[in-house]
Amino acid sequence: MDKLLTLTIDGVEVQVPQGTTVLEAARQAGIRIPTLCFLKGINEIGACRMCVVDSGARSLQASCVLPAADGMKVKTNTPEIRKYRQNILKLTLSTHARKCLSCIRSQNCELQALCRELGVDEEEAYEGVRTEYTIDDLSPSIVRDNNKCVLCRRCVSVCAHVQNVGVIGPVHRGFKTAIESPWEMKLSEMSCINCGQCIVNCPVGALYEKDETKAVWDLIRDPSKHVVVQPAPAVRAALGEEFGLPMGTSVTGKMATALRRLGFDQVFDTDFAADLTIMEEANELVERITNGGVLPMMTSCSPGWIKYCETYHPDFLPNLSSCKSPHEMMGAVVKTYYAQKKGLDPKDIAVVSVMPCTAKKFEADRPELSHDSLADVDAVITTRELARMIKEAGIDFVNLPDGDFDSLCGESTGAGVIFGATGGVMEAALRTAYETITGKVLEDVEFHQVRGVEGIKEASIRIGDQDVLVAVASGTGNATKLLERVKSGEKPYAFIEIMACPGGCVNGGGQPIVSARTKMDCDIRVERAKALYGEDRDKPLRKSHENEEIKQLYRDFLEKPGSHKAHELLHTHYQARDLYNR
Amino acid sequence: MEGSKEKFEQLRALIESHKDQPGALMPVLQGAQGIFGCVSEDVQKFIADGLGVTLSEVYGVATFYSQFSLHPKGEYLISVCLGTACYVKGSQSILDKLSEVLHIPVGGTTPDGRFTLEATRCLGACGLAPVMMINGEVYGRLTPDQVPGIIAKYQPASEAQA
Repeated sequence: MDKLLTLTIDGVEVQVPQGTTVLEAARQAGIRIPTLCFLKGINEIGACRMCVVDSGARSLQASCVLPAADGMKVKTNTPEIRKYRQNILKLTLSTHARKCLSCIRSQNCELQALCRELGVDEEEAYEGVRTEYTIDDLSPSIVRDNNKCVLCRRCVSVCAHVQNVGVIGPVHRGFKTAIESPWEMKLSEMSCINCGQCIVNCPVGALYEKDETKAVWDLIRDPSKHVVVQPAPAVRAALGEEFGLPMGTSVTGKMATALRRLGFDQVFDTDFAADLTIMEEANELVERITNGGVLPMMTSCSPGWIKYCETYHPDFLPNLSSCKSPHEMMGAVVKTYYAQKKGLDPKDIAVVSVMPCTAKKFEADRPELSHDSLADVDAVITTRELARMIKEAGIDFVNLPDGDFDSLCGESTGAGVIFGATGGVMEAALRTAYETITGKVLEDVEFHQVRGVEGIKEASIRIGDQDVLVAVASGTGNATKLLERVKSGEKPYAFIEIMACPGGCVNGGGQPIVSARTKMDCDIRVERAKALYGEDRDKPLRKSHENEEIKQLYRDFLEKPGSHKAHELLHTHYQARDLYNR
Repeated sequence: MEGSKEKFEQLRALIESHKDQPGALMPVLQGAQGIFGCVSEDVQKFIADGLGVTLSEVYGVATFYSQFSLHPKGEYLISVCLGTACYVKGSQSILDKLSEVLHIPVGGTTPDGRFTLEATRCLGACGLAPVMMINGEVYGRLTPDQVPGIIAKYQPASEAQA
């Protein structure tokens, strides 16, 4: 290991390894240098200059890109530096639509927080020309309001470098610079995969989800509609954060109670549908292996990944599992099986999904995800939108008693819960595939090889007398790398799980937004995943095929996994897509 | 799109010669501008595909540098100096007059593809302020009423008489 560097920051001596930035070194000295454009590991470009320090050089240096050096003496808090930072904020405010009262990010805005912390009390210090931008709200998932953009480029970096999509970038120059799609195209005209990683990494209110809460309130109020709601696994791992609960708090019971109090007629659980997905997907995998089908089979739960594959890697469409994603399966089951059991006309049922995901909004609009010309899912709201509805309804979430999901489509196993974390679908599938193939009981259900937030994971799993090679990728940038490995043919993978967002759905584009500063201290993907793995551990049943309500569904309605009826309701198809749609 | 097939072949060869080099985008854009006279949407998509970069990146660079033109320029490029000296001497009124006579905004091109009107920084001929250039020919000490006569010189003979 290289020797440590010793430097002094505001009189505090710290030792750091070579390659550490002054920004990081300062944190060791107990100093939090303010940042705005900085996003650990994703956007480290020294653009906004909030983090300037005096290192004895001719001018102030941006500490996020300043390497620590031996013997360096750094000042981070002088009157000159404080004034410099205040001026940057005042200039930023001069071109910012200061609609803080109604802004979706009010109280969770990094610009607002900096102004408060650094004592900027003149919002109108510099009144000048401001460009008026049209809000782009044509995407089913993402809204861009450049009137609030601070040009930090965090969205650009995450889109291009983490997700390998790159449908936005800085255009023009100087005062006219804006973050946009090329050739004045709208986001919906580009090959945006709707993942929403731009939203959860935006420091301000320039990017947000396409709000559907009003449509959902209307459905609830409509007496002719029987409204069924279903929350995804990852929602329960993060919803509490919106109400001040510590990250990683599982709020399943409170969430069920809150949903009922909001007025939904039936509260089901997407975890149930996750178990159902495993039944169908494991069956499809076994069929592909025994009948010489296309391998490796790839999971199809993540709509961001599906659109990515359709657009950028259409060669792999035959590898995608034909299974609909869990909430779509739930929609199809609710409008057939549940409707029959309850004697309801499917036309009178509305299915609302609460998802950690903005791409689910796009997915629900896919014409192929319907049955008898009724969409499987009628509305999708994100975790953030649910939190807003709960607040709007005045529900004291933190003090709610725990509730249960309604029966018929409400029971779930631990396998369904872990769908929300990268590797979770794989682990759930392995639990069922192992028992299906070997006919033996799987004693140790935990497959730690496929857990964790590493971008690409591989494992060789002994099932009966064969070793099955599997791989897991999260983040579409990592997916690209894994697909290249598949193309090269170096590894004969049988099954691959891909989720569009880094870390899986727990870090989805519809989840509560965590500041860049907090992300320097903890890995939200790890913390939220802990909540899901904890729920799994505490469940009496941890294998999808042991779910009693799933067994009942097959017994009373679907017959068996992969049956004709299952194919009609629970499976879908994919299409190659163009890069540009104008 | 007459002769465009050959032009795209030329561009393809240019991309091949720069492929996998760091910073290939700038020389390829410059080359493309030379071949086509501008870097249009189709040209930029071709470059993005050829170099394996996103259209966002290509468009970002092309709009950052003023030397790149997104739309085809006219046969005659009229550049009106808005440098300090020319501006003080009233070059804005020259520009406005040109815009009025040609029926195009600043930065625009006439529908017949004959004229493009541009405002530029200092041309270095402050002694002649206000100044404009038409394809390299300098016109100094201008007044707005001279504009129609100068433009007429560049119109085809028949139209100029009419």
